[in-house]
Amino acid sequence: MLNNEPIIQIRDVHKHFGHVHAVRGVSLDVHPAEVVVIIGPSGSGKSTLLRCINRLETADSGTIVVDGFPVTDPATDINEVRAEVGMVFQLFNLFPHLTALGNVVLAQRVVRKRSREEAEAIAVEQLTKVGIPEKAHAYPGQLSGGQQQRVAIARALAMQPKIMMFDEPTSALDPEMIKEVLDVMLELASEGMTMVVVSHEMGFVKAAADRIVFMDEGEVIETTTPEGLFTAPKHERTRLFLSKILH
Amino acid sequence: MTSELEKARGSRASLIPWGRIPWWVVIISILGVFVGYSVLTSETYLTVISFVMDGVKLTLQTTVVAFALALVLGLLGGLGRVSKNPVLYAIATLYVEVIRGLPMLVIILYAGFVIGPGIRDATGGALNPPMLQRAIIGLGFGYGAYLTEVYRAGIQSIHRGQMEAARSLGMTYFQAMRYIVLPQAFRVILPPLVNDLSALLKDTSLISVIALSDLLQMGRLYVSRTFRAFEGYNTVALLYLVMTMILSSLSRVLERRMKIAE
Repeated sequence: MLNNEPIIQIRDVHKHFGHVHAVRGVSLDVHPAEVVVIIGPSGSGKSTLLRCINRLETADSGTIVVDGFPVTDPATDINEVRAEVGMVFQLFNLFPHLTALGNVVLAQRVVRKRSREEAEAIAVEQLTKVGIPEKAHAYPGQLSGGQQQRVAIARALAMQPKIMMFDEPTSALDPEMIKEVLDVMLELASEGMTMVVVSHEMGFVKAAADRIVFMDEGEVIETTTPEGLFTAPKHERTRLFLSKILH
Repeated sequence: MTSELEKARGSRASLIPWGRIPWWVVIISILGVFVGYSVLTSETYLTVISFVMDGVKLTLQTTVVAFALALVLGLLGGLGRVSKNPVLYAIATLYVEVIRGLPMLVIILYAGFVIGPGIRDATGGALNPPMLQRAIIGLGFGYGAYLTEVYRAGIQSIHRGQMEAARSLGMTYFQAMRYIVLPQAFRVILPPLVNDLSALLKDTSLISVIALSDLLQMGRLYVSRTFRAFEGYNTVALLYLVMTMILSSLSRVLERRMKIAE
């Protein structure tokens, strides 16, 4: 299943926020069609690492190469990279002045330069895929949290990215809406999408993750498989964290 | 106890909601009818109104053109004020600080008698903006500084995640501004913009000091010819009031529509 050439290569990345050393020398490879889930306590640098991959945060040192583009090189046109890396946020960040359809259409038109007809056709297709074609003309304010997050996923997918990143996509959702979002993510994983997910949804981890990366205090503590994580975590810190989240 | 209290409230509320009537609107309407009637049936007032009508036209023209200029300058200034580029930020901040530190009257005198002739001399007479254009430029630059801060506040009121979501889809900074941040910011700043338009309309009266025949100047001309200060300034005040009240009710309607849209 894994190709040899990684599509994301992270080497010794550091990131500071003032005096806080948020990411401390992280190295990580992600291969095409792989689903990597990053877990760890809050403040462990997982979201920051994710945001460094598409340069929403600029790494202080180290190198990140995404799909052949050296992201950490300031000369790289980051917009070209971002169009290939879909991102889903904890707080959805839908555009409230546009309908669900408008949200999914806009970047296709502006960035991918597609015609209105083509962009709308793809948008309807993606909204159908995430299960809410009937909400195409609703505004974000009229949608539930789960529906908003699914529109956000459709918005990212419509760009036909090679990689999808999820930054705690279910953390802001009411419990009864988590499943509808996870189902969409599971389907994506089964289709062979390359995914980097920051999440503590152990159901998703068991069902879809190829690899688990456990981070704490800005470092990767261990990299393991779902079975390895639940049956034999190598490090004390991992065990401690698991005991906290698994109740 | 509670039910009796509610009953008492209910019986009172079932009549007219006296507390909720906007009394000032009622008073102004009654006064308006009264003043309007006495003005429109008085030969003297009709004469004054027809005398200053060209001034009203100039006042409105000046307001519209200067505000259009201020809208553009304010947008550019606002973008500069939120820019990470230190040069753009410095230019925009300097503009705001200098202009807002000067009285509008001084800006207009500057535009009329310093900048205007300066442009004429610098271009060897090829460009010699007439007084009206100089006044409009002065007002436009002056109000542009105030609108810069309105735009800045509007842009900063939009959640950071909006810019991040747009950028993460591959949009450039300016595409994200144009399609995502500014349309949302514009809704927020619409009511304050209309307030500033109303303030600008009043401040156009300052251009009378550089001998432009706006509403105030025409009123003063009428008074100096006829010595009817009472009717002359009443008319001037009344006409300004009509124009600003139209704008303030527009602003109120916009604000209410914004609240509903949220």
